[in-house]
Amino acid sequence: MYQAIVFLPLIAALIAGLFGSRIGNRSAQVVTCGALIISAFLSWIAFFQVAWNPGDHSTHVQVLSWIVSGDFNVNWAFQIDTLTVVMLVVVNTVSCLVHIYSVGYMNRDPHISRFMSYLSLFTFAMLMLVTSDNFVQMFFGWEGVGLASYLLIGFWYKKPTACAAAIKAFVVNRVGDFGFALGIFAIFMTFGSADFSVVFSDVGAYTDKVIHFLGMDLDLLTTICILLFIGAMGKSAQLGLHTWLPDAMEGPTPVSALIHAATMVTAGVFMVARCSPLFEFAPFALEIVCIVGASTAFFAATVGMSQFDIKRVIAYSTCSQLGYMFFALGVGAYGAAIFHLFTHAFFKALLFLGSGSVIHACSDEQDMRKMGGLRKKIPMTFLMMTIGTLALTGFPFLAGYYSKDMIIEAAFAAHSSVGSYAFGLGIVAALMTSFYSWRLMFMTFFGNSRASKKVQKNIHESPKVMLIPLYVLAVGAVFAGFIFSDHFIGTQYEEFWAGSLFLVGENIMEAAHHVPGWVIASPFIAMVLGLVIAWYFYIKEPSMPGKFISTFRLAYELSFNKWYFDELYDILFVRPAMKLGYFLWKRGDEDTIDRYGPDGVSASVVRVAEKFRNLQTGYLYHYAFAMLIGLSAFVSWFVLGDK
Amino acid sequence: MEYFPILFAITFLPLLGVLIILGISGEKEIVERNARNAALLTTVATFLFSMVLWFSFDKNTAGFQFVEEAEWLGSGIKYKMGVDGISVLFVLLTTFIMPICILCGWNTIKSRVKEYMIAFLLLECFMIGVFCSLDLVLFYVFFEAGLIPMFFIIGVWGGDNRVYAAYKLFLYTLLGSVLMLVAMLYMYGQAGTTDIPTLMQYSFEPHAQIWLFLAFFASFAVKMPMWPVHTWLPDAHVQAPTAGSVILAGILLKMGGYGFLRFSLPMFPVASEELAWLIYSLSCIAIIYTSLVALRQTDMKKLIAYSSVAHMGFVTLGIFAFNVQGIEGAIIVMLAHGFVASALFLCVGVIYDRLHTRDIDRYGGLVNIMPRYAFVFMFFTMASVGLPGTGNFVGEILVLIGIFKVSSWVAFFALFGVILSAAYMLYLYRRVVFGELIKEDLKNMLDMDRREIFIFAPLVILTLWMGIYPATFMDFMHVSVENLVVQHEVSMATYHATIEIVAGN
Repeated sequence: MYQAIVFLPLIAALIAGLFGSRIGNRSAQVVTCGALIISAFLSWIAFFQVAWNPGDHSTHVQVLSWIVSGDFNVNWAFQIDTLTVVMLVVVNTVSCLVHIYSVGYMNRDPHISRFMSYLSLFTFAMLMLVTSDNFVQMFFGWEGVGLASYLLIGFWYKKPTACAAAIKAFVVNRVGDFGFALGIFAIFMTFGSADFSVVFSDVGAYTDKVIHFLGMDLDLLTTICILLFIGAMGKSAQLGLHTWLPDAMEGPTPVSALIHAATMVTAGVFMVARCSPLFEFAPFALEIVCIVGASTAFFAATVGMSQFDIKRVIAYSTCSQLGYMFFALGVGAYGAAIFHLFTHAFFKALLFLGSGSVIHACSDEQDMRKMGGLRKKIPMTFLMMTIGTLALTGFPFLAGYYSKDMIIEAAFAAHSSVGSYAFGLGIVAALMTSFYSWRLMFMTFFGNSRASKKVQKNIHESPKVMLIPLYVLAVGAVFAGFIFSDHFIGTQYEEFWAGSLFLVGENIMEAAHHVPGWVIASPFIAMVLGLVIAWYFYIKEPSMPGKFISTFRLAYELSFNKWYFDELYDILFVRPAMKLGYFLWKRGDEDTIDRYGPDGVSASVVRVAEKFRNLQTGYLYHYAFAMLIGLSAFVSWFVLGDK
Repeated sequence: MEYFPILFAITFLPLLGVLIILGISGEKEIVERNARNAALLTTVATFLFSMVLWFSFDKNTAGFQFVEEAEWLGSGIKYKMGVDGISVLFVLLTTFIMPICILCGWNTIKSRVKEYMIAFLLLECFMIGVFCSLDLVLFYVFFEAGLIPMFFIIGVWGGDNRVYAAYKLFLYTLLGSVLMLVAMLYMYGQAGTTDIPTLMQYSFEPHAQIWLFLAFFASFAVKMPMWPVHTWLPDAHVQAPTAGSVILAGILLKMGGYGFLRFSLPMFPVASEELAWLIYSLSCIAIIYTSLVALRQTDMKKLIAYSSVAHMGFVTLGIFAFNVQGIEGAIIVMLAHGFVASALFLCVGVIYDRLHTRDIDRYGGLVNIMPRYAFVFMFFTMASVGLPGTGNFVGEILVLIGIFKVSSWVAFFALFGVILSAAYMLYLYRRVVFGELIKEDLKNMLDMDRREIFIFAPLVILTLWMGIYPATFMDFMHVSVENLVVQHEVSMATYHATIEIVAGN
């Protein structure tokens, strides 16, 4: 069954990709959607089989041996436990809905089969990532989703911005992979294996060991974990390596929903959770995770408040929510992090697909300044977006309420300095989340329309094939928290996770259930506050944003220009690399090596040879030929004569 | 004779083809057609013969197999051939790439077809000879002779600046080979034999080893090529016809790596260890330096040539990691690079044949009219970047694991190549394939035809095969590499023991 779940999308991708032009767009859609529906259905069966039954149900499926070299031995194999099946459900459900949605969204595109093929390919790579039983196969999936992401961001290859964004995404991710790869090497050198089962069971024996790394003697497990986390930062767009994610919005909207919201970007969170047995023994690394996560949550929220591109707002929101997940991991609330990953997948995919529906309605317009008043024209989309926004901002009893509040409470309950840091920023970020989310809603759906006449005339509700996935996701966004909270983070915790998340000390979420009342109330208050401010700014007093901007010019510029990360990186890395490349080529290769090497030597030779060339073309070659023959003869003679 | 001399057959079958082509006469068109057919048939036949090695090679022994011996020049110099787990795959790589080379020049070579085919067949003979030779003199003859047809291929069928490129190639290689020759004479004087398996067991004076190592290094470093003796490669590639580039990237570059494995490591173990720092530094510089240079290239072939230098940096790192993962990884990188770099040069060839320029700026938006081409080019771009699932990944990760055990610094620097390779390859791909199709002269370009697809298909399959189930290839080398590593450790242990005794006295 697990083979079917993982390989059906691959088979579908191959069929749609290689024979797409022969079988036609419709067949490609049927094949890929069909495969994903089956895969998603089987995933839910697996979910209830593994996670819903008490006791250890983890299984190991060996597919094929992969790389064997000396004592290095990795396989193509699946490890199925609760953590895996949770990810299977998330990935396949969202992917399946996005596939169906794409049938409608992309129906005017000339490359439908290629698009469907990429989507399925992505799903396959993601499934390989989450089912892996070793670090190397995980890396396969890791880079595989990177490839799919590159292909899909650059799907509209005619747009130069899309091509640039695709390359940026791939290269920035490679920077993260740099750390991941070093981490894998260190793990293999330490444990003599890259299999999770071996590494995780031996980890206790390596606490307080030292690794000699880059000339320094560092704590072994801390170093490994930080290296792995660098990989996670790249994939999950954490502060410093986040610059690719907003640009990735150049891709078609279904891609943003699937890859850059629900699944791929959460791979980093999954990886840290999967490696909880390692991180638990590296408290310093966990503190780093916590600080980076909290900072990202705050930073991305500040940027999200001032963007005008509807997709970029949601992208920064994703970045910020991933920050929440990371600081949850950092304080040891693995269950809460994965729970938020789970609920976030539903409501964020809902928001993205909803915004896709908005964009579709507005003739591919993404600038919120040219929208407004859409509430009555596309009521179903409006309703779905409202549900998504409520769930995201943590409205009571919707999905985000359970998971996000739990994270904030856990950060408080950690009673550590980093925990307090995360708690403080988490609350502020919650306020900003609420503000930018409602700002988006108000700018898009309320007020008067700011679109051109031509666009206004064309505004229409999306077809059924796009709306039905929205309904399904909305159901998830409403009920996922309520139904599953007991299992993910509540009383059923132990039985549900059955050891797939590892903890050394006390379960932090136990303590998180007993925090003071003001802590429980504060995210809610922040949410209401954000809503009220947004309402005041964009409904009650529309001149407010302008006044605010002119008063707090600096803060606004910083936020609007994304804290100048792109400009900084351009100055620090991109331009120097380009300049250095040119310098090494012209000054190094041509002016130094060639000039004093072969050119210097040959200058005299060529001068002589030139005279002969006038006599007979091809003389040069005879000359060379004779020289070599002579040389060979010389050798033979010398060796013979020596005897 | 106990059994059929298969290595003799594989090595000299191309010469038979040469004789046949020489015998062809008649009208120009008929001669050309027959020469093409004869060359293709010969290379295919050679490939089929070499399949005997694939199927009947004994993977459980480290010794040389299919050994053939005969008196040659007297006084101990013999004709001796044989393959072990390290060389057998290179022989197969050569016989596999050759028919592809012949096919890719099928329509584009219009002048001196007969001579062109002869040059390639000669080259095949010499290259196989290099990988099979078990005698120093025999090896040297093949090793140097290979230069001659290559020199001609570039010099006669090359681009505008072919004379310069051919000369550069010649000068660099000459420098190396002279030094290697001197070293070989010295070795013969010391050990009294030119038999390679015997020399592999012989232990030279540690002091002499340093000099011998450096002499061989001069030759192999040029062939690899390593920084800073790499500048002949970009020029050679740019000027060579497509098939010449394919041979150069696919096989000739591997001779350096093979030389290190066959000579430097087993014969001069102490020197290898002592001078490993040199190799590490040069390799790391090569990886970062050439990757940065590749970023700025405007000529497609030059860009890929520079990327080859960076990839070969991984090979030398792996070899001088002195452990199983490093060496096996190095061999896999060489094989995978043999497929992928060949394919990339073929990709350049496909569009060069249509537009007759390698200037990146002249292209753009090809995906609009050449979807099949875009797919193939994307596949090999990703393979070159070392995406998991391709052979390059398997090789690179093994090399890096191997070298990480030795030094985290080296692995750290080498990993920059992984980031930069993504940058320059994707940047190239974007400029050539993506974008709007604006340029007028591109609008009539045709997508790949059946012959071209037929050329690429096996390369795609092998790259994936090597990435997903590399055991098929690695099973050949396990025992031989294991043996090489153990031998090396034994020699080093003996050496250190001797030093201690000397110091103790």
